[in-house]
Amino acid sequence: MVSVNLCADQFALMLAAPGQLVSVTHVAADPHVSVMAAAARGLHLNRAQAEEVHALAPDLVLAGPWTSAYTVSLLRRLGIAVTVIPDVRTLDDVPDALRATGTALGREADAEAMAASFTADLDTLRAAARDAPGPRAVLHNPGNYTSGTGSMADQILTLAGLSNVAAEAGIAGGGWLALESMVMLAPDMVIGAEPYPGASRAEEVLRHPAARALAGPGRRALLADSDWVCGTPHVLRAAAHLRHAVERAP
Amino acid sequence: MRDHPGLMTALLALVLALFAASLLIGPAGIAPAQALAALLRGDATAEALVMREIRLPRALLAVMIGASLGLAGAAMQGYLRNPLAEPGLIGVSGSAALGAVIALQTGLAASFALGLPLAALAGAALAVGLLLALAGPRGGSLTLILAGIAVSALAGALTALVLNLSPNPFAAAEIVFWMMGSLVDRSMTHVWLALPLMAVGWVLLAGLGRGLDALTLGEDAAETLGISLTRLRLMLVAGTACVVGAGTAVAGAIGFVGLVVPHILRPFVGARPSALLPASALGGAAMLLAADVAVRLVLPDRDLKLGVVTALVGAPLFLHLIWRTRAEGL
Repeated sequence: MVSVNLCADQFALMLAAPGQLVSVTHVAADPHVSVMAAAARGLHLNRAQAEEVHALAPDLVLAGPWTSAYTVSLLRRLGIAVTVIPDVRTLDDVPDALRATGTALGREADAEAMAASFTADLDTLRAAARDAPGPRAVLHNPGNYTSGTGSMADQILTLAGLSNVAAEAGIAGGGWLALESMVMLAPDMVIGAEPYPGASRAEEVLRHPAARALAGPGRRALLADSDWVCGTPHVLRAAAHLRHAVERAP
Repeated sequence: MRDHPGLMTALLALVLALFAASLLIGPAGIAPAQALAALLRGDATAEALVMREIRLPRALLAVMIGASLGLAGAAMQGYLRNPLAEPGLIGVSGSAALGAVIALQTGLAASFALGLPLAALAGAALAVGLLLALAGPRGGSLTLILAGIAVSALAGALTALVLNLSPNPFAAAEIVFWMMGSLVDRSMTHVWLALPLMAVGWVLLAGLGRGLDALTLGEDAAETLGISLTRLRLMLVAGTACVVGAGTAVAGAIGFVGLVVPHILRPFVGARPSALLPASALGGAAMLLAADVAVRLVLPDRDLKLGVVTALVGAPLFLHLIWRTRAEGL
C-alpha cells in the first residue's frame, strides 16, 4: 500500500496495520503540516510521481481528490489500483474519510471506532460551545486568504466559541480578504498560521504594522497548519487550542 | 521646470491627482472626506490605520518607484541613444529581483536592515554593467536586446530556482510577484528601506543631464566639451542600480514604465535628454500610480500584479518601436 496525498497519508498512518503501508509522501514526515510525522519517519517517502510509485509495486495506491489526474491515470494504466480518499470540507465529512480509508485498507472496524470517537468528541465540544456569541475573530492565512461560512475553519472557530468576521463580510467558503478590509472589520482576535522557515511575502502580512495594531498582545493566536491542513480527527485539537487562547485573551 | 513650465506643471498636477486617487481608492470603501480626515487625524481608529499604514505607503512607493523607473529609462536611452533601452526589458529589474530573493531566502535581509535593498542593488549593478559592456558605447539595438533577453532569462530562471529551493511552501508561488511586481500590503518600513538608496540614485541620474545632452552630438564632440564618458557611464550604472535595486527589493520587477514614459514625453521636450529626465520622473510616477489604481479597480481584494497592467500598455508600444527602428534601418 502506498499513499501519494498528504491527507490520505495521515488517515492511512492512523489506520494501517504494521507493515501494511510502505510509502507516504515526503510532506507526511514534516511535523509542520502532518500530525503523523513521527509515524511516517520509518517509511519510504515518495514525491507522488508515477514512476517511483510503480517501482514500489503496491497493491493499492491511496490518492486525494487533488492528486494530479495525470499521475492517477498513469498509475491505472500501469495496472495499479488507485482509491481516492474523499475530500474533507466540513467537520461532518471526517467520519466518511476515515471509513473510506478503513475500507481501502481492510481495517473497517478500527475506522468505525475512530469515526465514532470523533463524532462523540465533536458532540461534546458542540454542546460546550453553545452559549452567547463570543469574541469576533478573523482567520488570516498567508496571501490574505480567509475562510467564511460553510468552511471547516468556520466550524472550528464556532467550536472554539468565536464568531467569524469573514462570515460577516459575506465570504462563503474560502476567499480573499484584503488587509485593509480586515482592519475595517476590527476583529477582536486575529488567527494566523505558524510561519514556515525561509521567507515569504504571503506570511509577511501578519507582521505589517496595520495587522500588528489590530492584534495586540493576547489578541493573536497562531495555529499549526498540521492540525487542520487535512480534516483528520486532530482538527478538534485546533478548536481546543483556540478555545484556550480565547479564555486567556484580555 | 525652467525649460518646459507648461508640461512640468501638467505632469505635477497629474501626479498629485493620481496620488489622491491612490489614497482614496481601496477595498475598504471609506468615503473620501472621511478618508482624508482619518489620514490627517492619525488616531487609533480603523480608518486612520488603513490610511496611514496601508494606503499612504502604497501611494508613496508608487511615486518613488515610478519616478525611479521613468528616470532610469530616460537616462539609459539617453546614454545608449536607443529608445528600446529600459531596465525591465533588458533584465536589470530581473537581476535586482534575483538579488532580493537571495537576500530573503538566505536570511541576509533579516540579519541587517539594508541587506535586502543592497543585495538587489548588487544584482541590478551586475546586470546593467554587463549590458553596457556588451552593447558598447553606441548601444546597437540588436546586441542590447539580445543581451537583455539572455540576462532576463538567466535572472528569471535563477529566481525561480532559489524560490523553489526555499523551505517555505509559499515562496515558490511568489515567483509571479518577483517577475511582475506589486505594491499590495507594503508598509512605511518598505518606504524607509527603499528611500536612502533611491535618493542616492536620483541624485546620480539627475546629474547626467548635461553629459547626455553633449552625447547627442556624438562621443568625440562630447569629450571636446569636457564630458568624461567613463564618469558618465559609471554614474549611469550606479544610479540605475540604486533606483532599480531599491525599488525592486520592495515591489518586485515592474517592466515597461521606463520605456513608455520617455517615449510619450520625448516629443514634448525635443531631443534634449536633460529636459527629458525630470519629465520622465514625473511621468513614471504618474504611470505607476495609475497602474496601481487600475489593479485595485479591476480586482479589489486580490493581488493583480502591476506588471500585468504596465505590460498591457507597454508591450504594444515596444512592438511599435521595434517596427519604427527597423523602418529607419538602424
